[in-house]
Amino acid sequence: MAMDIKEIEALIKEALPDAKIEIQDLAGDGNHYSATVTSPEFSGKSKIEQHKMVYNSLRGKMGNELHALAIKTKE
Amino acid sequence: MDQQTKDLISNEIANNEICLFMKGTPDAPQCGFSMAIANMFKILEVDFKGINVLENQSLREGIKEFSDWPTIPQLYVKKEFIGGCDIVKEMYENGELKKLLENKEIKFKK
Repeated sequence: MAMDIKEIEALIKEALPDAKIEIQDLAGDGNHYSATVTSPEFSGKSKIEQHKMVYNSLRGKMGNELHALAIKTKE
Repeated sequence: MDQQTKDLISNEIANNEICLFMKGTPDAPQCGFSMAIANMFKILEVDFKGINVLENQSLREGIKEFSDWPTIPQLYVKKEFIGGCDIVKEMYENGELKKLLENKEIKFKK
């Protein structure tokens, strides 16, 4: 199973409406992505908390439908 | 998660200063993300315990619940959860990983 870029972006956007999101399909296989998420909501939070916010937005798809998503968060 | 798995994870974290829950072993990683972290510690000449989650399905699922983190690898340093591949890689690149090791009084190659 795979997910497309728009689907990933929509889920993150729903949870973090202020975020600027850049997603790349790293291998062109719809299975290995990297996402750079910039949001003021990350301010004052640890990297672990920031990444968890992104993981949570994906509602359990991470590690299941979504095999690999490298995450980079910025305030 | 069953109690046996929980105890196994707690014991590994308690008994090893640096614990890497990974796919494969430090010498034969079976996933690029696990290999990336293992290589960082090899470069820094830091000993670490690699725990192969592929050998144990309940451990593979259990560690995700234990850390409340959906992916593997997962790094623990002196019982503290540090993060997955992305965070550790970023810390390696910006020097924070060395600072962390210094703060935790773990020897590494400077």
